[in-house]
Amino acid sequence: MMRDITLGQYYPVQSPVHKLDPRTKLFGTLVLIVALFVADNVYCYGAAALFLFGIIAASKVPVGHIVKGLKPVLFLLVFSAAFNLFLTPGEELVHFWIFTITKEGLVRAGMMAVRLTFLVMGTSLLTFTTTPNQLTDGLERSLRFLNVVHVPVHEIAMIMSIALRFIPILVEETDKIMKAQMARGADFETGGLIKKAKAMIPLLVPLFISAFRRASDLALAMEARCYHGGEGRTKMKPLKYRTADRLAYLILLAFPTGVVLLRVLL
Amino acid sequence: MITLRQVEYKYQEGTPMETEALHKVSLEIRDGEFIGLIGHTGSGKSTLIQHLNGLVRATGGDILYNGESIYREGFSMKELRSRVGLVFQYPEHQLFEVDVFTDVCFGPKNQGLSKEEIEKRAREALSLVGIGENYYKKSPFELSGGEKRRVAIAGVLAMEPEVLILDEPTAGLDPRGRDEILGQLARLHRERGMTVILVSHSMEDVAKYVDRIMVMNHGCLVFDDTPRVVFGHYKELEEMGLAAPQVTYIAHALAEAGFPVRTDVITVEEAEEAILCTLNMDGVGRMEKADGEGR
Amino acid sequence: MGIIKAKNLIYNYIKRDEEEKVEEVNEAVKDVSLDIEAGQFVAVLGHNGSGKSTLAKHMNALLLPSEGTVWIGGMDTKDDDSLLEVRRTAGMVFQNPDNQIIASVVEEDVGFGPENMGVPTDEIWRRVDECLKAVGMTAYRRSSPDRLSGGQKQRVAIAGVMAMEPKCIVLDEPTAMLDPNGRREVIRTVRELNKKKGITVILITHYMEEVIHADRIYVMDEGEIAMEGTPEEIFGRVDELKALRLDVPQVTELAHGLRKKGVPLSPCILDVEELVGELVGIRKQRTAQ
Repeated sequence: MMRDITLGQYYPVQSPVHKLDPRTKLFGTLVLIVALFVADNVYCYGAAALFLFGIIAASKVPVGHIVKGLKPVLFLLVFSAAFNLFLTPGEELVHFWIFTITKEGLVRAGMMAVRLTFLVMGTSLLTFTTTPNQLTDGLERSLRFLNVVHVPVHEIAMIMSIALRFIPILVEETDKIMKAQMARGADFETGGLIKKAKAMIPLLVPLFISAFRRASDLALAMEARCYHGGEGRTKMKPLKYRTADRLAYLILLAFPTGVVLLRVLL
Repeated sequence: MITLRQVEYKYQEGTPMETEALHKVSLEIRDGEFIGLIGHTGSGKSTLIQHLNGLVRATGGDILYNGESIYREGFSMKELRSRVGLVFQYPEHQLFEVDVFTDVCFGPKNQGLSKEEIEKRAREALSLVGIGENYYKKSPFELSGGEKRRVAIAGVLAMEPEVLILDEPTAGLDPRGRDEILGQLARLHRERGMTVILVSHSMEDVAKYVDRIMVMNHGCLVFDDTPRVVFGHYKELEEMGLAAPQVTYIAHALAEAGFPVRTDVITVEEAEEAILCTLNMDGVGRMEKADGEGR
Repeated sequence: MGIIKAKNLIYNYIKRDEEEKVEEVNEAVKDVSLDIEAGQFVAVLGHNGSGKSTLAKHMNALLLPSEGTVWIGGMDTKDDDSLLEVRRTAGMVFQNPDNQIIASVVEEDVGFGPENMGVPTDEIWRRVDECLKAVGMTAYRRSSPDRLSGGQKQRVAIAGVMAMEPKCIVLDEPTAMLDPNGRREVIRTVRELNKKKGITVILITHYMEEVIHADRIYVMDEGEIAMEGTPEEIFGRVDELKALRLDVPQVTELAHGLRKKGVPLSPCILDVEELVGELVGIRKQRTAQ
């Protein structure tokens, strides 16, 4: 069940996008998000589509795989589209019972759906092409300026990468404890909400205990290997911009400029 | 009695990631048997035992419990799980209640029994694993590793299953802790006639306790016979990443070195007897007698 | 002084109630003194709860003595300034393979220790290459640890410690959660490191067959050292070991049983060839008479 979630799982293939510096990709994602919110006409969306699908093609991640990642946010997508569809005032197209669909509503719903879809596809593309470690490294470097205002950037990045490392282990553990309790007659499926919530106790208590045990073991293991925070630490794989990154930055700057121009001119 | 007919299990069936964990496994587990299940990690033995109480559903073939298919419509999996008790590896990780006694009551409570019956069963199960009343009100997390393990086993025993399956119940325990748990299992089997299936990596333990061994390799059941016969195939076992007990190798090494001795020994006692037998025939017997009188 | 030395080491686990009052004092280690020479392979045996893991954690300054002193490479572990130096002199491998691998890629995990020590990037790569090779895990360097077997994970953990270039490596029940093949893998790796690289090894375990090649064995019980000696000396005392909740390999047990029945075997036999050789010899003598 939990293994079906594709959102955020690294997709291991060799591609120019995979090889980019994580900071470049983070910046690209940011650019896409901003551009999508600035965009307000069909041409802008056309440009965004060109940009996004261009990167997807270069990343060698199958489109089908990315679309599958949309499943968990499908509800949100439909909900916000419907919201816009029925609640935008304007020129009436169809009317039945209490619902009115307007021309403006139709356009806005369509745009909203496209905007959200592109947003999710763009951000999941980031995680498909970047390992969790690269991602945290990139974040750590990009946000380093926050150290000035005493944000423990290194520690937060370390917590993130450890969390990512332990997710598969805890998923497996959940499955095992669930089965063990089912073998003792526990029932996780039937009954009302309260009964179901109560049935989770035999699963959650052991899971928490195990998570705490792992955390304290891990802390000990890190200490034993001389971990003492980010101070004086060197990197095995320091981040370095290469020619491809410089090129990517040019494209990344050209794209939002284009979107803004399209918005202003058309 | 549990019967498996051509049971197959494929992970992620129908996808390119499809992997076969069980391949056409057919076997019969008769009432009152003490069976050892061996195989290296990933051989399919854990998947196999999870089929026996319906936690994993076969993708092919059929499983019968007392002659009735467990996949028949209307068959109660809950009922099956209380008849076929399964103790997972490191079962102490599933303990969750405030005290030992309440935790052991969890299984029988799920069976929908009366309060008196639940408590009676919990008491009995705890005494079977040698946990005394002074432990009942302790938090399970205060106990030592071996004690926790025994409480967890009691949690399954309290459901009074007809068949008890244990996945490496002695993993991580010290030699004495191991002997205690195996001894208690042997007693359950002997005195209560419980059917016991023991999954183990220790050939020495299996040889000492069980009367039948099933060997899994790459999802197939490759041997299913008495320990003596199975360990006779020690060369094939080695190819599967398994082995025979050390004494079996000693006997073979002796025979090869020109010391005539039975080579089908599987326990230390048998080996001792066999070696003494050879020496006695040669006349060492006299010395042994003299030694015995002197003591 | 040896590489690891403990003098009158006492460690108490203190349990306090809500008001910080001492509720219970549990003496996990009572008055242990030992001296381990550099380059040795030392085993610490003992049943669960005998205090062996508590003792091990003192060798890496993860625990500090309640009383007495522990020196690692001549440094007192209680000295705050030498903490990191102590930890890179004596590296530590733990029991649960899953809970000591920090990174999501094998090679990055091996580089974790050197990164913490501030080793320059090029040097980290050199050490990672060398250590992965030493434990035979080079082929898996880009794998995720989740895809490895238990024995492979422990070898990665060993490489991670080796990359800190310690003089000594302490393994706290590294094989307790592994299957027999994984156990063999790990022990073979550790023995090789000891022989080829001259690393001092302290192996904590309750599996007897893992320690028959040790230079010296300490047996712990109730927080004290109950027995001490070479494998031959220790394994000759089968009945005493059993009283300490331990066991001996089948070959030793068989030889012990035969001796009790009057077969004139040597007092301690540790491997199959030895037993076979002696039995054949005894029989030749008997038949010749």
